[in-house]
This record gives sequence, C-alpha cells and structure tokens, in this order.
Amino acid sequence: MFFPISNAHINPIYLAVVGFIIGILGGFFGVGGSFIAGPALRLMGVDWNYAVGTDLAHIVGKSIVAARQHRTLGNVDLKLGLLMAIGTIGGAEVGAQLIQALKRAGNVNTVVSWVAIVVYFGIAVFMLWESGTTLQSDRRRSPQKIKGAESKKDRSAFGPVTQMIQRIKIWPMIALPTSGIREISLWTILLVAFVGGLFSGFLGGGAGYIRMPSMVYVLGIPTHLAVGTDLFEIVISASYGTITHAIKGNVDILIALVMHTGAVVGAQIGVVATQYFAGPKIRLSFVPLPLIGAAIVVYTLMTGHKL
Amino acid sequence: MKKGTAKSLRAFAIELAVYSVLVICYFFLVLHLLGDWLYRLESQHRYMYAVVAILLIAGQAVVLDTVTTLLFRFLRGRGK
Repeated sequence: MFFPISNAHINPIYLAVVGFIIGILGGFFGVGGSFIAGPALRLMGVDWNYAVGTDLAHIVGKSIVAARQHRTLGNVDLKLGLLMAIGTIGGAEVGAQLIQALKRAGNVNTVVSWVAIVVYFGIAVFMLWESGTTLQSDRRRSPQKIKGAESKKDRSAFGPVTQMIQRIKIWPMIALPTSGIREISLWTILLVAFVGGLFSGFLGGGAGYIRMPSMVYVLGIPTHLAVGTDLFEIVISASYGTITHAIKGNVDILIALVMHTGAVVGAQIGVVATQYFAGPKIRLSFVPLPLIGAAIVVYTLMTGHKL
Repeated sequence: MKKGTAKSLRAFAIELAVYSVLVICYFFLVLHLLGDWLYRLESQHRYMYAVVAILLIAGQAVVLDTVTTLLFRFLRGRGK
C-alpha cells in the first residue's frame, strides 16, 4: 500500500501487526510503545521525522482505547491525570530545548545515548530489586484474599520512602481519593510529571517507562491505577505532540490510522490481562521494557545506524 | 474453568475474523478515498491538517473501541 504523505510503500498487515503488539504492551503496562513503533517504521523505510510524529499520532488512538477500557475497571484517576499532563507538557518543552542546546554544542548523540542507557538500566535494576523483594515478603505473609477496591492497593518494598515523600508539606496540598491518597503536595505531582516530560522531550517517545514507575514509587499510586492514569495522561500529552509535529510536517496520519486498527484489539487484550496480575507481578514483568530500550541505544551507538 | 476459557478463546477467534474483514474493507474504502484529500491538505493547509489528523485518530479510536466491544459482547451472548 502506498502512503503518499511520507512517500513510503508499506504492507498494511505489517502495520496492523506492529500496532497489535504495541497495543498489548500499552494496555498492560501503560506505556506508549515508541521504542518498538519508531524502529518498526524505520525498518520499512519511513523517514525518521515521520516515524516520530506518526508514532505519536498512533499512540493517541491506542491510549484512548486502553484508557477507556481501564476507566470501566476503575483504574483511571482523572484529577491526577490532568495535573500530570500539565507538568509533562512543560517538561517535554524543556527537554526539547535541551536537545537544541546540545545540538548547538555538537555532542547531542553521545550525551543523549549515555543518559538513556544509564536511565533505562537504572529503572530495570531498581524495579527488579523492588518487585522481587515485595513478592518474596508477600510469600512469607499468610495469603489473604482481598476483594473490591482494596485489592488494587499493592505493597511495595519502597513503601517507607514513598510515605516520607507523601509527608512533605508544601502548599497547596491536595487529596486524590480515587488513588487512595489523603494528602500530597501539588508540587510533588507536577515535579514527577515534569521529569517524565523532560525525558520524553530529551529521549523521544512518551517516556511511559519512567512515568509509570515514578507514579508508583514516588507518588504511591497503586500499580493498576498508575497504568490507567498514565494512559489517560498520554492521551493529552501525545495529542499535543501530534498537533505540533503535524504542523511541522512530521505526521503521516494514514500510517497511524492503519497501525491503530491492530492496536485496538491489542490494547483490549492488555487491559483485560492486568486483572489477572497483582501489582508487584506487573512491575516485575515491566523490567524487560527499559532493557529493550537500552539495547536499542547500545546498538545505535555501536553501529552508527539509528533504528 | 477450562470450558469457559475455550469458549472465550472461540469467541475471540470469531471476533478477530469478523474484525479482520471489517478492517480490510476499511483499508480499501475509507483510506483509499481519504488518501488524496489528506495528502493535499498536508501539503497546502498544515494547521487544518493537524486538526483533522487528531480528530481522525481520536474518532477512529472511539468507533473501533465501540465496534470491538459490541462485537465481543454479541458473540459472548450468542455463546451463552
């Protein structure tokens, strides 16, 4: 099939299958999946600028489906999602400016690559330790079946640090009843979102692999709610990114629409799958994602080919 | 339990088959008709294109989500 906007010939079945895989990951982990979509489009000969912009447009559609499904399961905190969207957009703008400054200094690729490797690897190691420790301590406890809203409250080995962060009293303090948080500083939420946005602007993609763990470990949001709320937040921030990229001529919406047909089914499977896994198990299975991201960056550093 | 899983998988396989047919029709009809218009819009009216792009992807998300949910509910209902 010929896509005239990006001047590329791509098999629509290939696009739908890529969308399907990303849909499953997005629905289950609350990530955009740009670390797969970008390279998958590049492999088909789509120019880098179109790959980035088109991927964002596809993320919007996939996240709408997954967020709607998560909302029916009670996994979306709208208030938190809207607040985080503000911080994310601000952070993404600063991250993009940082990239421009590094471009002028002439060492953008090296700096961004090394930052990405350290961050991705750090997240993977930390989550492996935390979810492993939590699962071990859960096994030692007597197994108790908890039903209803309480079942979404999951324990974390990092819990004491999270509680210390929640006790920081910087006005204004707000309540997040949907996430079960009585009081937290607005600035803590904005800072977490800003850092996620900063990495999104700096490293590209939606940076869900940074934001989702930050929501769990820093803000103390239960994992299921962090996944659903992150998707809702991605809808807003990726829409903003899609519009700015479309104005710059970086979006082939026809490719995004075809990819999205596969993502719809994948996202629904991913969302349903979260119901069968406890928070620590979702966090443990999240570990390979940042490692795949790190492996892609190492590959580009070693070969000089940008996937 | 196993019987329930088998039923769910069967319903999902039928859903996927029906959905694939719908999607193939969609590829050839809608995208073929929209292709030229979107290409001209992208090269001549970038701001309008940005608005249309976001509306198209959001609209498709809502429509396809509703279609797959209804399809799945219908097939599950018939299975029972």
